[in-house]
Amino acid sequence: MIKLGVPSKGRLMSDTFDWFGQRGITLSKGGSVREYLGRVEGIDGLEMVMLSAGEIPRELSAGRIHLGVTGTDLVREKLAAWDQQVDVVAEMGFGHADLILAVPAFWTDVVTPHDLDEVAAEFRARHGFRMRIATKYHRLVRQFLAERGVADYQLVDSQGATEGTIKNETAEVVADITSTGETLRANHLRVLEDALILASQATVFRSKSAPMGAGDQAVMDEVLTRLA
Amino acid sequence: MADLAGLTAELLARFEALGAARIEAGILQPAETLLDLYGEDIRARAYVTQDPLRGEQMLRPDFTVPVVQMHMAESAEPARYTYAGPVFRRQEQDADRANEYPQVGYEVFDRGAPELVEAEIFAAFYQALEGLPVTPVMGDIAILAAAVDGLETIPARKAALKRHMWRPARFRDLLDRYTAAPQARDEVEGGPEIGLRTAAEVESRAARLRAEAAVPPLPEAAADRLEAVLDVSGPARDALAALKGLMADLPGIALDVARLEARIEAMAVAGVDVDQVQFEGSYGRTSMEYYDGFVFGFQADGVDQPVATGGRYDALTQALGAGRDVPAVGGVLRPDLMLALMEAGR
Repeated sequence: MIKLGVPSKGRLMSDTFDWFGQRGITLSKGGSVREYLGRVEGIDGLEMVMLSAGEIPRELSAGRIHLGVTGTDLVREKLAAWDQQVDVVAEMGFGHADLILAVPAFWTDVVTPHDLDEVAAEFRARHGFRMRIATKYHRLVRQFLAERGVADYQLVDSQGATEGTIKNETAEVVADITSTGETLRANHLRVLEDALILASQATVFRSKSAPMGAGDQAVMDEVLTRLA
Repeated sequence: MADLAGLTAELLARFEALGAARIEAGILQPAETLLDLYGEDIRARAYVTQDPLRGEQMLRPDFTVPVVQMHMAESAEPARYTYAGPVFRRQEQDADRANEYPQVGYEVFDRGAPELVEAEIFAAFYQALEGLPVTPVMGDIAILAAAVDGLETIPARKAALKRHMWRPARFRDLLDRYTAAPQARDEVEGGPEIGLRTAAEVESRAARLRAEAAVPPLPEAAADRLEAVLDVSGPARDALAALKGLMADLPGIALDVARLEARIEAMAVAGVDVDQVQFEGSYGRTSMEYYDGFVFGFQADGVDQPVATGGRYDALTQALGAGRDVPAVGGVLRPDLMLALMEAGR
């Protein structure tokens, strides 16, 4: 059996079902809407496993599923050396979201990461601690800031309502996912220029480590042909 | 002494014979101190763990910080220390690289003539590695710092360049900005004041940016001279001659070049074959933040990590000492790599 991990709820799930349906693979939830058992029609030897999108990178990495649908952002954040662990099979064209850096809109002196770095040095000298950036994307943000040579900051973990951390004075800057920017504007924040950390979208990934049983290769070839 | 324990004991005894006191350091260190020193990047290179009462702890990525803290608490000078034990480095990219390996170190806190102390420590590592196929390399971040200080520009720009001496790409980016004609900044819409950074702070930096727009660009030639300092490379005495050649345009480096010369001569007196020592103007720039003067390493062919590294780290003692500065020079050996080289040579 080839196992396909699919997000278990919301828009991402229904868009995934539609996307596979257009390629002759009909995915549906079995029985009641609360049940997390999937049904696959239109191809033999493929099994659907419904998971939280955030757990799919880990399951791919562990080789417990062969294929998985999740956002590029989650794979790159959660998997070290991600390209050694998974292959990109197809970008699906939905679930677009940009990981960006945002500062209070009234920081009119801060437009680019260069400004952010200068302000970080000033902030530390004046306030006695490193400027705080709230995010849940620690690895991606750290890598981006290291590449841009931004120093004297610290990451503070924020798993939700990240845009509110500045007003609450638990952070000075945020790094978060946005699609329309509305939440940012509503919280009086502005996206930094030249600071797109990652443009993410829903993607089918293939595990490099999932074991293949007898007959699995033929099924995988057929799936890959349809998804191509 | 074909085993790790034997070699480690031998190296410790060697440094003890030079007057070093043997010390121990905890494997768990408070993460906050290390984060404040090295910045958030250290999280990618060190293991962080959580203690419900003590907060974030780190498996020591090196001994330097605990040794300096111990010295600051004891405070007798001059002081020499030696230690041995494993250090831990998290590997995010390459699973084949060791995440735990042994180090033997030797650290000296001495207010005597800096060049003599540096030469003595370099010679101690040189002698410990005698007979092994390693190339000694040295550099000197202080020469680059002096060249930056000598630039004809405003203090804020010199400070920014010096803050990023250890980040070559950002350093180059700053030089490019300072040599370019001032660019008009994008106007952005404001908003209500939120967060800890105040409107007064924003206005004070905005005013500084307006004033800086009138600062004449740095001549390209000045940026090229900094690059020329970084590009100096060759046997120590040849590199010294090259740096002296650069002094005509960079008079500010004269004192540090004279120190380099005194160091090279003191190394020769201490028994080092200085013609075999390579000088690299950019040595230690990417991996050795907080070494702020003399830096050295011993490199073996086909081994990507150095067998020994060290240097002067006065900036670190200053940062840890809350204003007190204590001159510090030291380094570490990798006994595991030494053993591998001995076995390969057999």
